[in-house]
Amino acid sequence: MTSPLSPAARAALALELLAIDPLGLGGVWIRARSGPTRDALLDRASALPLPLRRLPPDAGDDALSGGTDLGATLAAGGLVRRPGLLSTHAALIVPMAERVRPRCAARLGQALDRRAVCLLALDEGDAAEEALPTALADRLPIAVFLDGVRPADLPPARDAQAARARLAEVRHDSGALQELTLASTALGISSLRAPLAALAAARAHAAHAGRDALAAEDLRVAVELTLVHRAEAAPQDDAPPSTASEPETEDDRDPHDDASGKQSETLTEAARAALPPGLLAQLSAARAARMARGSGSGGTKQGGRRGRPLPARPGRPDGSARIDIVATLRAAAPWQTIRRRDAQDDRAIHVRPRDIRLRRHEEHADRLLVFVVDASGSAAMARLAQAKGAVELLLSEAYSRRDHVALVAFRGASAEVLLSPTRSLVSTKRQLAELPGGGGTPLAAGLQVAATLAAQASGRGMTPSFALLTDGRANISLDGRPDRAAASADAQRVAATLRRHGWPALVIDTGRRPAPALRTLAGTLDAHYLPLPHADAATMSRALAATLDG
Amino acid sequence: MTQPFPFSAIVGQDEMKQAMILTAVDPRIGGVLVFGDRGTGKSTAVRALAALLPKIDQIEGCPVNSARLSDCPGWAEVKSKRRVERPMPVIDLPLGATEDRVTGALDIERALTRGETAFEPGLLARANRGYLYIDEVNLLEDHIVDLLLDVAQSGENVVEREGLSIRHPARFVLVGSGNPEEGELRPQLLDRFGLSVEVESPREVEQRIEVIRRRDAYERNPADFAKTWNAEDARLRRRIVTARDAVARIETPEQTLRDCAELCLALGTDGLRGELTLLRAARALAAFDGAAVVERAHLRAVAAPALRHRLRRDPLDEAGSGARVARTVDGLFGAFRTAAE
Repeated sequence: MTSPLSPAARAALALELLAIDPLGLGGVWIRARSGPTRDALLDRASALPLPLRRLPPDAGDDALSGGTDLGATLAAGGLVRRPGLLSTHAALIVPMAERVRPRCAARLGQALDRRAVCLLALDEGDAAEEALPTALADRLPIAVFLDGVRPADLPPARDAQAARARLAEVRHDSGALQELTLASTALGISSLRAPLAALAAARAHAAHAGRDALAAEDLRVAVELTLVHRAEAAPQDDAPPSTASEPETEDDRDPHDDASGKQSETLTEAARAALPPGLLAQLSAARAARMARGSGSGGTKQGGRRGRPLPARPGRPDGSARIDIVATLRAAAPWQTIRRRDAQDDRAIHVRPRDIRLRRHEEHADRLLVFVVDASGSAAMARLAQAKGAVELLLSEAYSRRDHVALVAFRGASAEVLLSPTRSLVSTKRQLAELPGGGGTPLAAGLQVAATLAAQASGRGMTPSFALLTDGRANISLDGRPDRAAASADAQRVAATLRRHGWPALVIDTGRRPAPALRTLAGTLDAHYLPLPHADAATMSRALAATLDG
Repeated sequence: MTQPFPFSAIVGQDEMKQAMILTAVDPRIGGVLVFGDRGTGKSTAVRALAALLPKIDQIEGCPVNSARLSDCPGWAEVKSKRRVERPMPVIDLPLGATEDRVTGALDIERALTRGETAFEPGLLARANRGYLYIDEVNLLEDHIVDLLLDVAQSGENVVEREGLSIRHPARFVLVGSGNPEEGELRPQLLDRFGLSVEVESPREVEQRIEVIRRRDAYERNPADFAKTWNAEDARLRRRIVTARDAVARIETPEQTLRDCAELCLALGTDGLRGELTLLRAARALAAFDGAAVVERAHLRAVAAPALRHRLRRDPLDEAGSGARVARTVDGLFGAFRTAAE
């Protein structure tokens, strides 16, 4: 079998195929740090038969879909609209694509569905924390990874003009469709956009190679380019998928003994060979992180959130508020005829100070409830199940209050953020179901992680509060040593740091007998102490709600 | 406008298609919410529906698509008296839409050039008597959601600002789609959708291949592809039109009302909206099926979409709320009586 493409060849080929069929393919996901290789690759985007634009990182909706052109409106004295980046067919470079807000991603996704744009999404995310929004990841057909590729590695660019002309002539039969669908199913990809993307890539590749019908080679390259990075489960990997969310991969993986089965097997084989070692793990980590972040109305909303807009008010611009230009123009508009007559000059538009309208927003700090849950061996599994139940109950109630919930679990030697601030019940349930138990009790580490999370959240305008659920037998110190005394001291130290922020907290003692050490810790934290030896999920949730609302 | 994908060519997704057809039969059912995986054809179905629906009659140039001249709002200054036929409006509400664009606002151009205070109608006006479609509805800004809730409730859009005092009818079927993993919908908005369906990618390989085959045929030649499905779409359209006339004549036996009430009580749905929607949807389905009487089989078929989003959340219940509805229906009506009903 032919060996898989090298990352450099893959990147170059991706750009060439894109130059052949930019709108049909829709774009490429370039996962790389900024650097000369990426620049060299982007230089090749000039071969695209579309105007090349760059999406400003702060692009608002009017930048995307057009809006009032203020300067021209004032000069002309009539409404002048400015076209947005998505108003005409274009190739759009999206820098820092991993930070694109979900709302903007949704707009771009809709444009991709209309086949109106070709995106070059530059994803600079670190493997686990940040990843492309799903709205884009699902629609971008080709992923390119430039780690360790030097500019000199890129093969020389080829002209796409002739191939572009040939594209319409490329024929394909339904056998090819079937093989690509089977291959994507075998790779555990549930989205039906994947096989369509593969087909577009295969056609472009055939045109690229100068063929007028799809050959096996085209299908192989297409699978490698478009399906590999979406793979949910490595093909023929017998380990069951870790989550219950993808049951279909099990069903679909049964071998197809019809004639086409063989071909699609070869295709998945090729896909598997093309998987860079560790990539699948990396991608699924990114997916998990994305899930944990709950993106959407959860994690990112508070960032750019300036509260809900209120009607603009008359006022003087004093630097503290922004002028609402459209409202100002509206206020001035009815007077234009009279003012023009009175002023007797031919300024296009007459705005008086009393027309000035200022923007107002109702700031509304979101509350964040950080659950710090003891998942150690000493906190019996039953307790853990109850803690999970309490978190879910609270979350479902939190929705009406627009609260966010985050989950930190500590066990073994360290603590981790299982759920970044989110409001999504779906992702919470998923994360909670997977929360494992057992090991030591690194209480201090748990508090430290929670403190970091809370500090980040408050930086984004949220008001954090804590609920610590533990039996209080800290036995792992901050540096990971099993040392009971040091562990307690560390916990006290971190608690004292936490207290300085003045975040409200609640300590729930889940042990069989109330632990005095935990009461002391609660004192240090300035937290309510709640021994709940026989608490169930409902009691716990009521107690939490009562304490934190008070 | 590009040729939309034909509605009847959508493979599978029967619950979603049925829900959309029911709202076309009886718009008072009040909208469809489609939640599900990416790449399952949510938006495709909505666009297809627009092309499928029968045309409406309206006064030429009326900004709110009025059927009669007397219904045209005064501010619109409608000059023509002619009635014209036009496709059912299916208006997109883009995510970033400003309040002004949704409700309508002062017409700046006319204000600046002619010094007149005139109203420029927004998306709500254009959606009157038609459909309002919100893709990624769970990412919609809160203040736009509030606005929609109010209008969807009252059927009227009221604009009181900048010296304007305007009201116009805004009755539309709300269609929303989204992916629940990206955030959830406020319960208040959830309640405004009459039906709620969950879609997922087809799990059978043959079905998946068929989806890809049709999509590919469509993309290669939209016009030809539409032609092959024309007859099917037309048949569906005729059935919808017939059902629309029939829906008022459908008999509702006492027993069906009792079934509705018992089902909603057993599920603990809030308020009476659940019962009403359930009954309307069942009646629309009976009309679509050409039946004369609403029966249990109809209730059973629409129970999940009409009720699943009205249940109190029970996060500890691992099965989805659709499964809970099905369980309760089976408990009340008996599990294996579908054929006998």
